[in-house]
Amino acid sequence: MKKNLKTKVSVKDLNLYYGDNQALHGITMDIYENQITALIGPSGCGKSTFLRCLNRMNDLINSVRIEGNIIIDKKNIYDRDVDEVAVRKRVGMVFQQPNPFPKSIYDNVAYAPLKHGIVKKGPACDELVEKSLIQAGLWNEVKDKLSEPGTSLSGGQQQRLCIARTIAVQPDVILMDEPTSALDPISTEKIEALMLELKKDYTIIIVTHNMQQAGRVADMTAFFHMGDLIEYDDTETIFINPTLKKTEDYITGRYG
Amino acid sequence: MRPFELKKRHSGLKEKVIRFLLVSAAVVSILTTFGVLFSILFEAIEFFQMRSFWYFITGTEWSPGVADSKFGALPIFSGTFVITIIAMSVALPVGLGSAIFLSEYASPFMRDHLKPLLEILAGIPTVVYGFFAAITVAPAIVHFFGLFGIHASFNSALASGVVMGIMIIPVISSLSDDVIRAVPDSQRKASLALGMTTSETIKSIVIPSALPGIISATLLGLSKALGETMIVVMAAGLRPNLSWNALEDMTTVTVRIVDALVGDHEFNSPDTLSAFALGLILFIVTLVLNVISLSLIRKFKEKYKINTL
Amino acid sequence: MNTSKNNTAQADKGGKQSARNHPFYDPTLKSRHVRSKLFKLFTFLSITFAISFLLFFLGDMIIKGLPAFKQTYIEVDVTYNDKTIKSTRRAIDKKYRKVVSRAWLRNIPRLVKQNPALMGTTQPTWVLANSQVDQYLKGHHYKLKDKYRKLIDTMNQDGKVEMRFNKIFFTHGDSKIPENSGFKSAIVGSVLTLIVTMVVAFPLGVMTAVYLEEFADDNRWTQLIEVNINNLAAIPSILFGLLGLAVFINLFGMPRSSPLVGGLTLALMTLPIIIVSSRAALRSVPDSIRQAGYGLGLTRVQVVQDHVLPLAFPGIMTGSIIGLAQAMGETAPLIIIGMIAFIPDAPGSIFEAATVMPAQIFTWAGMPERAYIERTAAGIMVLISILITLNALAIYLRKKFEVKW
Repeated sequence: MKKNLKTKVSVKDLNLYYGDNQALHGITMDIYENQITALIGPSGCGKSTFLRCLNRMNDLINSVRIEGNIIIDKKNIYDRDVDEVAVRKRVGMVFQQPNPFPKSIYDNVAYAPLKHGIVKKGPACDELVEKSLIQAGLWNEVKDKLSEPGTSLSGGQQQRLCIARTIAVQPDVILMDEPTSALDPISTEKIEALMLELKKDYTIIIVTHNMQQAGRVADMTAFFHMGDLIEYDDTETIFINPTLKKTEDYITGRYG
Repeated sequence: MRPFELKKRHSGLKEKVIRFLLVSAAVVSILTTFGVLFSILFEAIEFFQMRSFWYFITGTEWSPGVADSKFGALPIFSGTFVITIIAMSVALPVGLGSAIFLSEYASPFMRDHLKPLLEILAGIPTVVYGFFAAITVAPAIVHFFGLFGIHASFNSALASGVVMGIMIIPVISSLSDDVIRAVPDSQRKASLALGMTTSETIKSIVIPSALPGIISATLLGLSKALGETMIVVMAAGLRPNLSWNALEDMTTVTVRIVDALVGDHEFNSPDTLSAFALGLILFIVTLVLNVISLSLIRKFKEKYKINTL
Repeated sequence: MNTSKNNTAQADKGGKQSARNHPFYDPTLKSRHVRSKLFKLFTFLSITFAISFLLFFLGDMIIKGLPAFKQTYIEVDVTYNDKTIKSTRRAIDKKYRKVVSRAWLRNIPRLVKQNPALMGTTQPTWVLANSQVDQYLKGHHYKLKDKYRKLIDTMNQDGKVEMRFNKIFFTHGDSKIPENSGFKSAIVGSVLTLIVTMVVAFPLGVMTAVYLEEFADDNRWTQLIEVNINNLAAIPSILFGLLGLAVFINLFGMPRSSPLVGGLTLALMTLPIIIVSSRAALRSVPDSIRQAGYGLGLTRVQVVQDHVLPLAFPGIMTGSIIGLAQAMGETAPLIIIGMIAFIPDAPGSIFEAATVMPAQIFTWAGMPERAYIERTAAGIMVLISILITLNALAIYLRKKFEVKW
């Protein structure tokens, strides 16, 4: 589609079943490096389910069965020799509700890198925490209270802490599942600005209900409906000149 | 209008009577706690008027029923302590391990079948545990250590401690299971999404979050161990023994209370009243443990806004 | 990807080369997964330990207790005449005197009275054997001289020894003669005691719960009651025994060892269980029911009495049955108030000295004769069966009346 961009994630014929119900039908799409890709569509269209396939979070649900390939950096993450824990380390995730751990702000960020052995306790760890918080645009607000619990922050700050926590593991891809739907407009704006900043270093895939948000931040937009990928293109194309009538109807708010 | 008025007055009176009955019932419930406290307190005071409180707390010789009787409870406290420690070192790891298995690893089917089995363990009368400790476990311990040429008493602290620990497993597992399950799933997901393994998530995120509840369960178990009577009466010794060797016979507060009150003693003799002095100490210690435990669990509930624990 | 160069480069590190060749290979993960599995194993072993202990324990009790439900009878000649009625020992040939139960001989006068035709005859009769004979035949430790052992062996060959169902265990009270001792007076004692307990604790508990849930405002006074109830539930049971001794027996002068005192003492212990479960049951009745009642112009008492309580009743019953089961297994406080007396005959009222099932178990467990051990275990089997039945009933009630609002 875009020749100057490098494909980061390549999804091929992805089918997903909850027990006997098929929730995703043969999804095929390429997601490009250092771009923000938005997944839009009405509730229950499968966009969040699809997002969770990308870091194998669906493996946690017993009844889920997945067919097809998701190739990240030339390796199918559903291959037998791939450890889902390692996948999640390289594909980070930010959730809808800010969910900092009931630990200090510092420990929230340092927890995973320490466990992964990315850094050892001490100055290196301090540095990583600082770097991650700076990248998440939270450093100035929390630098004097790193030992306070993460849950003491405001909702928007908590969500940025969750982002800092995710980037501290140094992933390649960051998945965001409606990251601003629980936040106020000002916090939302900050997170959106942060996303635009982060895409320099990461590939970001975001599920959103908010059409304007997709328009503001996303480079590429994919429209899902009833478990099908209906249309996937430049955000501009999708919003201004969609190929399909269905997409246009959704974008213009005729249903959804 | 008239019949209405009549009826109203009638139901008003009935209402008052019922309210009065209900309030009285509530009052009785309160009086019970104070009843326990004061009935023990008064007799204990009487004891301390006859004998020194200081020697009771720090003395090392307990010899009731003789002419020159002495009431130094330290060896009794130490025996209680040793047996309780043994019980907790069985109950805590097994109880917590079981709770983690039930809440984090077991399938709903396994959970539905294993949990009632653990509850049976909680429903077995303590006299039955005592019989089991005395008849089966204590001889087994003597036999086992005999193989290595180590002498163990038939009334060893180990036997009653281990069996008491088993009795406390469900106390710890049941409450811990509840609090672990109350930790929001979003916490687990967040940790797993960072590339943590299940056990790392449990150890670093779930357990610390549930910690107040787990500590609360532990304190409750501790208070149960301290107050447990039948197991030690049947399987532990009568001899006050200031020792750390779990293979020796030891006695506990509850054993000496029973010993002092069973048989025909004059009620107002120091021999009998010493039971109330011991009872007072037991009451205070278990009450403090329970109050701490309750306040911890209340904090946990407030944190996660749970009303059902 | 898999060029030969790559392969050689990785070969010296050992292991699966292909597995290491992709971007998702993480060398730290192997040991982390091992630790994860070990942790899971630990939790699995914990619950396995707890459950297998339970099974071992129940199995141990059954193996020890089952033989007690059979008792040995032997056929010997019994002489019925004036002399033997007076001195029953003589009714039996000297040879057999040591193998026959002393307790059975007491029946001779009654047998003659029932059947006067026996008078002056010598009849072969099935007679309860001595507990040592019984233990010998059950393969347990016994104290029996060789002479008598041989005698029993020959009698056995002649078909003069029989194992019969042990009716005595259910029809007799305690006895100093092991083969003549039974569980009946303990069962009756438990029933009387628990009647007192429930008559006191049930109405008090339910009324307190109704007051706290339906009438009391949430103020310091109710909070005090609440804290109190929680603490009451955690007081070691033996301390209730001290209360019973000091208050009911010494202060009020109630009869020692009686089901009255025992029942009252257990009632105070059961109270918090009933209050807590009744409150939970009342709380689970949705407010819409109450609003509807007030909407019809009913008073608070009417709403509670006619609409809330009936709906909460199954829950209250469940909690009360669980409380009852706990009281039934309680021993320590009853020992303190003297309910471990030797009670050969079942008590006729709540004022007579009595013993209860767990206390009888405790008494038997302390007996030196081996024959009492199997009776202890048999008593435990009876007690645990009743407790499991009660708990199953509670679960059944909960399931049957479970309403999802």
